[in-house]
Amino acid sequence: MSEPWGPHDVGGQDGGPIDVSDHGTAHWEWQIDAMVRLALKKGLITDFAELRDGIERLTPDDYENSTYYERWASALAYALVERGVVSEQSLVEKAEAIRVRQQSEAAT
Amino acid sequence: MNTPRFSTGQRVRIADRTPPVHHRVPSYAKGQVGVIERVCGMHGEPEKFIRGNGMPAQRLYRVKIPQTDLWDSYDGTERDDLEIEIFEHWLEPAE
Repeated sequence: MSEPWGPHDVGGQDGGPIDVSDHGTAHWEWQIDAMVRLALKKGLITDFAELRDGIERLTPDDYENSTYYERWASALAYALVERGVVSEQSLVEKAEAIRVRQQSEAAT
Repeated sequence: MNTPRFSTGQRVRIADRTPPVHHRVPSYAKGQVGVIERVCGMHGEPEKFIRGNGMPAQRLYRVKIPQTDLWDSYDGTERDDLEIEIFEHWLEPAE
């Protein structure tokens, strides 16, 4: 057994019980799915392997604490920033704007 | 493309290395010796792709490894195998 490559490389380890309940799919998760397929179709990313690479670069903590589509979202953001399609700054600013909007909505 | 480097029945060792990109060899299979079960043809290989060179097709093989070699605590029969698909550049001939 070699050293694992990233938090996903857990084959053969004891993973504990498996939650097989139906989690359903939230609207934002369909949106992430659609964005990934659109990015593929437009050639902004070339293959799911590019997303896998981004997912495997998550820290073990982020990997463990992220849901399936949260990992997709992180990997898509990573790929699009790396390719210069969007800037990291614009993503940070957008996330902050959403946070502010949600806080003001929660306050009313 | 080129002819396969390995043929069915040949013993091969899977390289024990960790390229810092997405690759399709789990750590438990690295360094293991197995037998070529079949030649699977040419398939897009993600390691080269991630470096920005497109996703060139590479020869893929199905490699058969005894489960008892993989897991110290394996309690099935000695005839149980794992079959795993491995790209050619991960394989070297083994005794």
